[in-house]
Amino acid sequence: MSTDTATADMHTEHDPHATNTGISNTKLAMWLFLGTECLLFGGLISTYLLYKTRGNGKTLPTDIFDIPFTSVSSFVLLMSSLTMVLALSSLQRGDVERSRGWLLTTAMLGSVFIGGQVYEFTSFYREGIGYTTNPASSAFFTLTGFHGIHVSLGILMLMSLVVASVQGRLKPQNAETVEIIGLYWHFVDIVWIFIFTVIYLIPAE
Amino acid sequence: MSETAAVEHADDHADDHPSDVEYIKIALILAAITGVEVFTYFESVLDWGAFLIPSLMVMMVVKFWLVARIFMHLQADGPILSRLFGGGIMLAVVVYIIALLAFNFF
Amino acid sequence: MATSEEPLALKSGQADIAERPLGVMTRPQGGNGWRDWLSSVDHKKIGIMYGVAAMFFFVVGGIEALLLRTQLAFPEQGFLSPQLYNELFTMHGVTMVFLFIMPLAAAFANYLIPLQIGARDVAFPRLNALSFWTWVSGAIFLNSSWLVGGGGADCGWFCYSPNSGITFSPTHGVDFYAIGLLIAGIASLVSAVNLIVTVLNMRAPGMSLFRMPVLTWMLLVTQFLLAFALPVITVALFLLIFDRVFDSQFFDPEAGADPLLWQHLFWIFGHPEVYIIILPSFGIISEIIPTFSRKPIFGYSFMVFSGIAIGFMGWGVWAHHMFVSGIGPISVLAFSLSTMFIAVPTGVKILNWLATMWGGKLRFTTPMLFAVGTVAMFTIGGLSGVTHSLAPADTQQTDTYYIVAHFHYVIFGGGVLGLMGGAYFWWPKVFGYMLNETRGKIQFWLMLVGFNLTFGPMHVLGLQGMSRRIDTYSEGFGFDFWNLVATLGSYLIAISVAYFFYNTVRSRKEAVDLPPPGPDPWDARSLEWMLPSPTPEHNFDVVPTIESQDEWWHRKYGYDEDHNVIRVATIEEAAQKGDAVGVHLPSPSFWPLVLAVGMPLIGYGVIFNLWLCVLGGLLTGGAIYAWVLEPVDDPDAGHGHDDDHTDDDDDDGDTVAVGADDSAGDA
Repeated sequence: MSTDTATADMHTEHDPHATNTGISNTKLAMWLFLGTECLLFGGLISTYLLYKTRGNGKTLPTDIFDIPFTSVSSFVLLMSSLTMVLALSSLQRGDVERSRGWLLTTAMLGSVFIGGQVYEFTSFYREGIGYTTNPASSAFFTLTGFHGIHVSLGILMLMSLVVASVQGRLKPQNAETVEIIGLYWHFVDIVWIFIFTVIYLIPAE
Repeated sequence: MSETAAVEHADDHADDHPSDVEYIKIALILAAITGVEVFTYFESVLDWGAFLIPSLMVMMVVKFWLVARIFMHLQADGPILSRLFGGGIMLAVVVYIIALLAFNFF
Repeated sequence: MATSEEPLALKSGQADIAERPLGVMTRPQGGNGWRDWLSSVDHKKIGIMYGVAAMFFFVVGGIEALLLRTQLAFPEQGFLSPQLYNELFTMHGVTMVFLFIMPLAAAFANYLIPLQIGARDVAFPRLNALSFWTWVSGAIFLNSSWLVGGGGADCGWFCYSPNSGITFSPTHGVDFYAIGLLIAGIASLVSAVNLIVTVLNMRAPGMSLFRMPVLTWMLLVTQFLLAFALPVITVALFLLIFDRVFDSQFFDPEAGADPLLWQHLFWIFGHPEVYIIILPSFGIISEIIPTFSRKPIFGYSFMVFSGIAIGFMGWGVWAHHMFVSGIGPISVLAFSLSTMFIAVPTGVKILNWLATMWGGKLRFTTPMLFAVGTVAMFTIGGLSGVTHSLAPADTQQTDTYYIVAHFHYVIFGGGVLGLMGGAYFWWPKVFGYMLNETRGKIQFWLMLVGFNLTFGPMHVLGLQGMSRRIDTYSEGFGFDFWNLVATLGSYLIAISVAYFFYNTVRSRKEAVDLPPPGPDPWDARSLEWMLPSPTPEHNFDVVPTIESQDEWWHRKYGYDEDHNVIRVATIEEAAQKGDAVGVHLPSPSFWPLVLAVGMPLIGYGVIFNLWLCVLGGLLTGGAIYAWVLEPVDDPDAGHGHDDDHTDDDDDDGDTVAVGADDSAGDA
């Protein structure tokens, strides 16, 4: 009955990569976490959808969207997904310098996106929509604000990777770390794909 | 699934990764779709009518699919990941649609 | 550890481990001093801490309940002011749900899941510690509302808007409620991810998903529910806090907002939450009943699939908490139907437990009494639940004591009794001594009688029309007698809980003169019983290879030619000795604790002074960086195999590479 051998134990014990699914713990955890984030953003999106026409007599976000502007910042974020995946593939190929460059580029593109968000928020404020103006505005700013915070945390992580790379601590064998942060980054981009369509492009009835 | 399996090391699966050129192609497709989406905004050029919202939804799903399957590598990774993430998305969509229905949103 | 000289697991601070049989020790040393507990990443220590803290809050919530019941013993008492009554019933609910029953289930999950699947620890030991300390700081933060918040939250545990807004709840109680639950929610979410990855990725060779014990399955479903439900209440709580602190317009009807948004968001979380509460207990009794019936669980696949079904269907019934909120007849009809359906998988489980007992060689030990009590009491609660599913009937029942009766029967009768049974069952495994059987049985009966005296009459009171969530009632309605009975019953519950604590202390003293329980005092079925009691720090000497369900049972028992059960190995032969040397364990760390402390500081900052947010943020952020950069292992602890990360150490022996991913057990 007992086939528990020392070999079996050592195999499990000393191969820290061995997992039942064949996928590393961290990667599995990140995907699961991203799955849960869908519920978070879904709640915020639904709240906005419910409230988007409730202006309480004041301006609605849909009245003052600047679609061309938002399109540009959406495009920027989309392209940052490309640079992210290029950062990963260059690190996997062993090109540490190039991956550092792509990581930095991704962080820069993300910052441009955030800059665009800040500009959009301040111009909305000047046009009469603040956070507390009406249910629609509260919902809009909360949704895009949460997204922006997620992007900002992503930029922080990317810059940490850049610093680590400069210090020589980000090597090809650490590609999975870049991959996992990349997953987070792509997810944040995907959320924006949803937000751009559902909130900005679909016209108010 | 009951036996331990070695994790895919990056170098073992170099063949499964799309090349940089392929990534750039996908990015161009994404950019093109975004262009079409923005184009719909200028309704004076083309009257989308009742096709507008379905078209936008389709384009959104296609962009999501490309990013998730290719950039996030779900295509090549084990199905468990697609199930975990897909499960989360489906649950969110179903639950929140039911909630919005309860609000007579549609 | 269970030698003849040291039969007991000693309390923290008393350990004097002269010899270190585990060879390689991690930094800090794996002892039992208070620092070791604070920095421990060992799932067993974390499980124990969850359990102890949960029992503490059981007493807190219990005292809150006793105060409520004392007020309600007689009509029109002024013992509690209406405001204080509101605070007490709110905090009673919040404490019992979030600070007692969920963490107590977490205690079992943390301690047992790795053992039942044949693993050495969870997937992310430091994250595990983070979950615990974050939950503790959230719990303390929430209760600090009594001291610095102007009183407890007073909006009910469900905190409906617009009552929860600044206008109607001007003290800080609701702010503490929202932020406290946000912090505790982070803890549970992280823990859920951790345990799911553990179960999916770290099972011993041969341990397929369908060979896992039913308990592990039920806990797995619970973790999925937690992972996906918590973000929804996270949204609700953020919206509430933003309304209160930043004057956003999410729930103010005068601004055109819809208070029902809160109700939907809350109950989309809240209904899966009740399955989160009950499934661990279902899992526990699914281990106890087969053990004490000497039969495998009846219909293992049905037990697993019905648990999964409950997990799925639980997402489709939430608005049955809102039948009278004005959601309209179509919604009411839809949710009424879905609620009726969810009784089916639960009914399957009840039948399977009974079928397991049928024809078995029953032993009514204390755990078995609790398990059977769970089935009986949950059935009663489930039946009243079915009556709620009929929306017309529920229209009369809702907001009366009939509902209070229902959920206490399922949560206390179903949840708490099961967890208590689990405590008795696994006590020897965790602590190395048995709880006295006679006193255990007395405690069971005290609790069962007290519980039924308290909540049974509430069915009657509710149907007679006594409203819930009110601080008193008038004479002449006919409510007086049963309220008094319920109050006396609640005091009996209190006595039974006190008796439980007494039993733990007394049994430990008596254990010195008794033989140690050994690995398997109950002749049980799953892998944790293969190990010495208390469990060695490294869990398994040798990771077992699994060949069937109830693996441990099949190592002890086989069949002869006539298909009779025969013993094939003694415990001496089959159990592990716990004396392995050179086992690599994940290193302890203080950073989870530091990170956890930062969060309530942010909370106090939001409420009182934004500079505290900065301080809390620095602490939290700093701890995250320190954690990531912390050496994955004690650099002095050689474990003899060629790791990836030995190459990455800097020449000065400094940190390993950022995010070294080669340590499945060390995140």
